[in-house]
Amino acid sequence: MQAIDLTINGKKIAAEPGMTILQAARKGGIHIPTLCEHPAIPIAGACRVCLVEVENSPKLLTACSSPVAPGMVVHTHSPRVLAARKAVVELILIRHPLDCFSCSSNGKCELQDVAYELGIKASPFTDEGDTCRDYALEDANPFYVRDMNKCILCGRCIRACDSLARYHAIDFQNRGIRTMVHPPVGKDLEHSDCTFCGQCVQLCPVGALSEKASTGQGRPWELKSVKTTCSYCGVGCELNVQVNTRTGRIANVTTDYLSPTAVNEGRCCVKGRFAWQYVHSDDRLTRPLIKENGAFREAEWAEALSLVAGRMTAIKEDFGPDAIGFFSSARCTNEENYLLQRLAREVVGTNNVDHCAHL
Amino acid sequence: MGLYRSHVLICGGTGCVSSGSLEVLEALKKGLAEKGMDKEILVVSTGCHGMCEMGPIVVVYPEGTFYCRVTAADVPELIEEHLYKGRVVERLIYKGEGKASDVPHYTEIPFYKKQHRIALRNCGYINPDSIDEYIARDGYAALVKALTEMTPEAVIEEVKTSGLRGRGGGGFPTGLKWSFCARSAGDKKYVICNADEGDPGAFMDRSLLEGDPHAVVEGMLLGAYAMGANEGYIYCRAEYPLAIKRLKRTIEQATEYGLLGEHILGTDFSFELHIKEGAGAFVCGEETALMASIEGRRGMPRPRPPFPANKGLWGKPSNINNVETWANVPSIIRNGGEWYAAMGTEKSKGTKVFALTGKVNHTGLVEVPMGTTIREIVFEIGGGILNGKKFKAVQIGGPSGGCLTKDHLDIPISYESLSQVGAIMGSGGLVVMDEDNCMVDVAKFFLEFTQAESCGKCPPCREGTKKMLDILTRICAGKGKPEDLEALEYLGTMIKETSLCGLGQTAPNPVLTTLRYFRDEYEAHINEKRCPAGACTELTRFIIDADKCIGCTKCARVCPADAITGAVKQPHVIDQDKCVKCGACAEACPVKAIDRR
Ligand SMILES: Cc1cc2nc3c(=O)[nH]c(=O)nc-3n(C[C@H](O)[C@H](O)[C@H](O)COP(=O)(O)O)c2cc1C
Ligand code: SF4
Ligand code: SF4
Ligand code: SF4
Ligand code: SF4
Ligand code: SF4
Ligand code: SF4
Ligand code: FES
Ligand code: FES
Repeated sequence: MQAIDLTINGKKIAAEPGMTILQAARKGGIHIPTLCEHPAIPIAGACRVCLVEVENSPKLLTACSSPVAPGMVVHTHSPRVLAARKAVVELILIRHPLDCFSCSSNGKCELQDVAYELGIKASPFTDEGDTCRDYALEDANPFYVRDMNKCILCGRCIRACDSLARYHAIDFQNRGIRTMVHPPVGKDLEHSDCTFCGQCVQLCPVGALSEKASTGQGRPWELKSVKTTCSYCGVGCELNVQVNTRTGRIANVTTDYLSPTAVNEGRCCVKGRFAWQYVHSDDRLTRPLIKENGAFREAEWAEALSLVAGRMTAIKEDFGPDAIGFFSSARCTNEENYLLQRLAREVVGTNNVDHCAHL
Repeated sequence: MGLYRSHVLICGGTGCVSSGSLEVLEALKKGLAEKGMDKEILVVSTGCHGMCEMGPIVVVYPEGTFYCRVTAADVPELIEEHLYKGRVVERLIYKGEGKASDVPHYTEIPFYKKQHRIALRNCGYINPDSIDEYIARDGYAALVKALTEMTPEAVIEEVKTSGLRGRGGGGFPTGLKWSFCARSAGDKKYVICNADEGDPGAFMDRSLLEGDPHAVVEGMLLGAYAMGANEGYIYCRAEYPLAIKRLKRTIEQATEYGLLGEHILGTDFSFELHIKEGAGAFVCGEETALMASIEGRRGMPRPRPPFPANKGLWGKPSNINNVETWANVPSIIRNGGEWYAAMGTEKSKGTKVFALTGKVNHTGLVEVPMGTTIREIVFEIGGGILNGKKFKAVQIGGPSGGCLTKDHLDIPISYESLSQVGAIMGSGGLVVMDEDNCMVDVAKFFLEFTQAESCGKCPPCREGTKKMLDILTRICAGKGKPEDLEALEYLGTMIKETSLCGLGQTAPNPVLTTLRYFRDEYEAHINEKRCPAGACTELTRFIIDADKCIGCTKCARVCPADAITGAVKQPHVIDQDKCVKCGACAEACPVKAIDRR
């Protein structure tokens, strides 16, 4: 396909057909601030902070939604753009609580970043009574907290739920200044179609949606991301476990929507995202146990494995291979299940293979 | 249809129905039957005549005598005198400027004389429930002409030649828009009629749908043929039950006559038409929000591109036009684009319907050629300012429009001329204001509307219009600060610059234009804590002039707040802290000693 040549801030960029100005700018290493845009979900053009100036276009255009055209000349930080962008952020901040100190989003907050970039400390238009809105904190469920006072109505959660989770559990409600994100009228989250998969939580650019279990578990800059596979089920979702480098404990679990290796393409379920506390459980088995005289004792892997191998061989010799059955789990990956049935058929010589879903 | 010596047309529009035209209709039918005159005189229920405020309207043909405010009790006299004896019932006829005995023909009445009715040509003339009456007025002739003599391209060319521009507010050239959709690839296309009409006070689309629904349907058929669409939607607000009822009937009749459905008039052209009732949110009139609403999603605008012509309803190429735009199309195809283009100004052709309201003598719907001046509309058609007061301003274009002053009275109305001075054509709302209107209050009124109707999607519109309203509210309450004017200008300019859709992009207009043309009024509110028009109650003071007061105690007796004290025959005083500004004292004072300031 023929590249589309355009100029952004004086730099020539060869964009691919169908790209937006924002995508072309990113390709060329040019930063344009965004709030409502996320590559994993459809474009909304809602937040207006990505406005740019395009020569011969009388209106400013949102970079996230405007397609590139040959010969386009774009300015992402002209005086006109900066003035407009500043006004937009000043307006968002009119009613946004300045609560960064103990906000879970502090350090990864996209609103904070845009305000920082534009040098805005607070909205000059905030009057007494404007600062905080009066939404009650919604935290009835064990997984995440909704603080709609911090919501900037970017709609990313709604689009995440619609296009990634596909539950359509939440939408905008009301109009004007009373607009908010909520499950259908009259329902709370716990009685809605929400499955607590947490796609929305991860995509929220601010601290309006936050994982309960992560509270106090570490600041974003203290975390190290460890890529792993979910141990709960055979889907095998790729997860990024965020480990606090200071405490060595998990702070939260995220996914990578753009990971080329992830079968889940960034999606996951409530277990993978929120049910990681078992990792730090005192009851968790971390070493093999051998039962002797009715009681377990800890053992080394080598001892345990040779005990199992020895007993299997003995049973097979005494009673034949069909005296042994292999029982696997839907929680294992395909590869693991495949290997288990080869062990049963080829090494032991039995077709007695089954799995937990038959229970 | 049989032969009748006289036709009596009774308005069955929403305005007249609510003032009692159905009872008049019943009484007339009954009265004529009793006298055995029902074979010679035909009674027809029509759509709106545009003079709803004077309703119920009754017009007797062939004379064209125009009766107004007719009640069922007037009917026996009307039958006896006019229909039987041929003598005009003077006390019921419309009193124009001329002497009552002139009995002007309908079209000679000043309200109608300067009008030129193309979109409204059948409104008030025919029974909108009768397809035969529509056909008798050349209805569906344009469709026959297009299907039998014209290619789709030729239809688009004709509309292009006419210079017709979108009447929904934007003023985009209709023919050009059609050509985009026609060119767009895809075998499934939609045409949509925007009948959301959300502007407060606007009722031109409702009157058209109630008075001549077949014209809108015929327009859509022509558009569908031209663009290759075979399905259409009319998105009508649910608050228009009569319009919806008439539209349903229209679709039934047209289907029965083979004008809707498969193989229309035996050709390969098929077209299916649906009505979608909208919940009446203002923002659902915005085309992308409207389509989302038809699809069953929340009505919220989205950025364009993609434009509806490429990706519209359910992702298919779609074309959306306003009711009035569609209603103009049959006349254009029948009479030719050149005929239409002969009217109007260089860039704004044809006619435009306005809803004239406010402080004028004759309010109502008026259709005038583009290029007519505001003065002609207000003073000739509207008959000047109510109660002989002074003209102060006119708000054009509804909540998205601007306030213009007496200096703009001679501007020939066109899309360009209005936007040059900060107003817009909008859907054609025209509110006239006199010296008693406070322009800060007017700006606040419109902003109250837009901020409440903001869909909430983008921060400038959602947060910005509310902040502007907060500032206006405090100015009207006498708590404005000098820096407020600068803040209003800054916010207004930035909201226009950064909002996603037309709602936010135009919402500041009423504020910005009043700031531009009536800045002194704002300054009086802020610096002198005074409302020059005396409209902002919180800034109003009632003061008793001690020199005039005769101490009659009348004021003290009517005051509901016990704010007035004073001995008999001694000057009275008003305690400003107690006064609730009801104005009762000023009205009660026999010597006009109480001033409103
Ligand atoms: C907030 C908003 C409200 C609108 N409401 C209406 C409406 O009630 N009726 C209408 O015809 N157009 C309305 N429009 C304009 C439509 O978006 C669209 O431009 C129009 O229907 C196109 O038809 P036209 O080209 O025939 O004017 C509105 C636009 C905005 C931004
Ligand atoms: S959401 Fe962002 S800006 Fe708001 S309080 Fe939290 S960190 Fe600060
Ligand atoms: S947790 Fe999942 S299902 Fe629930 S609202 Fe968020 S995205 Fe939708
Ligand atoms: S909750 Fe978060 S993601 Fe959802 S609209 Fe609010 S700020 Fe955006
Ligand atoms: S679906 Fe849920 S449990 Fe299964 S792998 Fe994915 S995150 Fe883990
Ligand atoms: S300008 Fe107002 S109505 Fe339009 S999308 Fe933005 S918030 Fe919604
Ligand atoms: S305006 Fe009303 S409340 Fe005030 S003094 Fe007069 S009568 Fe009393
Ligand atoms: S990122 Fe483009 S409008 Fe929000
Ligand atoms: S409804 Fe009768 S004149 Fe308008």
